[in-house]
Amino acid sequence: MKKRYQRGIQVALVLAGVGIAVTLMLRAFDENILYFYMPQQVVAGDVPDGKRFRLGGLVIPGSIERAPGSLKVSFLVTDNQKTLSVEYEGVLPDLFRDGQGVIAHGTMDDNGIFVADEVLAKHDENYMPPEVAEALKQVHGDEES
Amino acid sequence: MIPELGLFSLVLAFCLAIIQSFAGLAGAHWRKPEWLALVRPMATGQFVFVALSFGLLTWSFIVNDFSVEYVAMNSNTGLPTFYRIAAVWAAHEGSLLMWILAMSIWTLSVSWLNEEIPEVFRARVLGVMGLVNSGFMLFVLATSNPFVRLLPAAIEGRDLNPLLQDPALAIHPPILYAGYVGLAVAFSFAVAALIEGKVTSAWARWVRPWTLMAWIFLTIGIALGSWWAYYELGWGGWWFWDPVENASFMPWLMATALIHSLAVSETRGLFKSWTILLAISGFSLSLLGTFLVRSGVLISVHAFASDPARGLFILIFLGLCIGIALGLYIWRAPSLGSGAGFKVLSRESFLLINNLMLVVAAGLILMGTLYPLFMDALEMGKISVGPPYFNLVFLIPTLPMVLLLGVGMHSTWKRARWEPLRKRLKTPLLIAVPVALGLSFAWGRPSVLTFVGIFAGVWVILSAFSEIRERQEMGRNFFSLPRSMIGMLVAHIGLGLFVLGVTVTSVFSIEKDLALRAGDTVELAGYQFKLESLRNAEGPNFDAVEGMVTIRRNGKVVTTLYPQKRVYRVQTSPMTEAGIDAGWTRDLFVALGDDLGDESWSLRIQFKPLVRFIWLGALVMAFGGLLSMSEPRYRKIQKAEGVAP
Repeated sequence: MKKRYQRGIQVALVLAGVGIAVTLMLRAFDENILYFYMPQQVVAGDVPDGKRFRLGGLVIPGSIERAPGSLKVSFLVTDNQKTLSVEYEGVLPDLFRDGQGVIAHGTMDDNGIFVADEVLAKHDENYMPPEVAEALKQVHGDEES
Repeated sequence: MIPELGLFSLVLAFCLAIIQSFAGLAGAHWRKPEWLALVRPMATGQFVFVALSFGLLTWSFIVNDFSVEYVAMNSNTGLPTFYRIAAVWAAHEGSLLMWILAMSIWTLSVSWLNEEIPEVFRARVLGVMGLVNSGFMLFVLATSNPFVRLLPAAIEGRDLNPLLQDPALAIHPPILYAGYVGLAVAFSFAVAALIEGKVTSAWARWVRPWTLMAWIFLTIGIALGSWWAYYELGWGGWWFWDPVENASFMPWLMATALIHSLAVSETRGLFKSWTILLAISGFSLSLLGTFLVRSGVLISVHAFASDPARGLFILIFLGLCIGIALGLYIWRAPSLGSGAGFKVLSRESFLLINNLMLVVAAGLILMGTLYPLFMDALEMGKISVGPPYFNLVFLIPTLPMVLLLGVGMHSTWKRARWEPLRKRLKTPLLIAVPVALGLSFAWGRPSVLTFVGIFAGVWVILSAFSEIRERQEMGRNFFSLPRSMIGMLVAHIGLGLFVLGVTVTSVFSIEKDLALRAGDTVELAGYQFKLESLRNAEGPNFDAVEGMVTIRRNGKVVTTLYPQKRVYRVQTSPMTEAGIDAGWTRDLFVALGDDLGDESWSLRIQFKPLVRFIWLGALVMAFGGLLSMSEPRYRKIQKAEGVAP
């Protein structure tokens, strides 16, 4: 009797734990997942309106413009097919440069400009974000076929 | 010649490891004393040759032998000697060799320091350890040989990644690896126990110090990594839920659960199958972490070269380890039996909750880490799971756990009573509430959750102290308490400090990105930051722009910081070297961004209250573990097998 009672409590605890965990996970997932898109897909309208997402591509050399004396910066990101203009205000990562692969988090505004709240470039001069590398490869593949 | 000798030593060590596992496992099965006698010499020999191999690779680095490809890729004549040595484990091949070295040191320690364990059982443990290590040696020999020659030899090396040229990061991998690999000891003990088909209290007592040791290494290793990320990655974050961080954190959570469940298994003979399962999953998560880092499926600061063959090898190895261990578990677990019962209100229940919560937390982190991989594999889009997910799913199991911990520490085995519990907890509770309220309002307006977080930290600390006081009232000197008890209390005080630090830093940090010219002043959290000047500076292997920032409070100079933007000459990559004024109650943090033209620079300045408590808490936790480990009963020679103390 004692044992069965105890086992019952153990099972109930485990089930409660798993139940809470699954519910929370699904909810948290829903709110915190960012999808990755290339400029081509953005221009084609694949991104739901107002949704925050990850934009990846290459910074077009010479396109980085700063508003003097402020932290506002704008640059063009391309996947060699389409190009998007990106605006960001803040300190850029160390390896953000012309021609580098970047990933930016943010949303599209009404004028078709991507407003980034976070810009990532990794710590290696040869680094290319894997999504960007693969997407660029695909674009080239499409051209050839 | 030297590199070839290194490779040869590794091959020899591999052969010895194979003999060790065969002699151990087969010798134990067929009870052949002459085979069993082989195990210890093999373990010793394996260590000697692995150490020789590692030493020879290190030598190639010290003498700048750029005819070795691995050296040429990761070192440079301009690199200081200390970093040349650290460069040995800066990339994939060398860090695996270090993994193997750590494993052989654990093997050696188990073979010599466990006199009280019956020889047959020890042989089984060492047999399993030999299998694990030979798997890794095969991995290195087949896919990641660090001794490969480069013909013709390079004239100059490509240098060590500047990010890694840092004292904390030089020692971070060895310590973390020692922890990762240390979990293999608990794993091997678990597998050996499954082979024998019995788990006794004595077994739990044998495994506990090893698990504690591995846990201490993991704790310190993770804390070092976090501290490094804080000051070296340049932007003042201390945890990013980066997949590779998760890969080290999940084994830590499992090891923490294991330590607690071992306490129950040792003292009460309960939770046996659960303990075994935790020991298996802890090491499996270590291996999974290795797979994630080495295979290149994840890219992060830590991920080295991606090579599908390597990933495949580890995946197969992981599958074999988990598969065999779980197979044995399913076969043997029913015969392990369960011990006596316990009441709902008892120490056992609290430890059970602790275990469940830790495992749930680890499971949710695992989900978040692997989910993007699944989505990608199923071609359902490329996604990333952000920190908010991890913060939420981590907080929800762990916050109640920490709150309950304050009660759990005081409850007795088998059956606890409310009355004495309430009496004991009244004082710490009455102090904790006002203290937490005071702390909550010290930096601004707190939310309810912030208050709960701060309260949780203060509550655990006070509750641990009240236990010490209680014992003293019972007429016992603090130092006459069992070491494992003192260790437990100290570790929990560390946890309290950690929780306090995490809560306050996360909620009350202030961060500003600014464009400043020399002479400009800004105010942040009551401090005036003045950018005095910018000048060029030069280091041994880098050039830098150095800012001079004076920080005043109420007109008095608090400190002067010199943040730098460095460009390392060989790899020409820019690096941010933040200026930090560290303090017990707050850090002031200044990082240089970019030259914005028109003589202004972007700067990030930060005020981080109690951020030091995060690492201090981790260190105190590790110290508590060390105290527990020094418990005399773990060293006493107890020949009688299976007798509870």
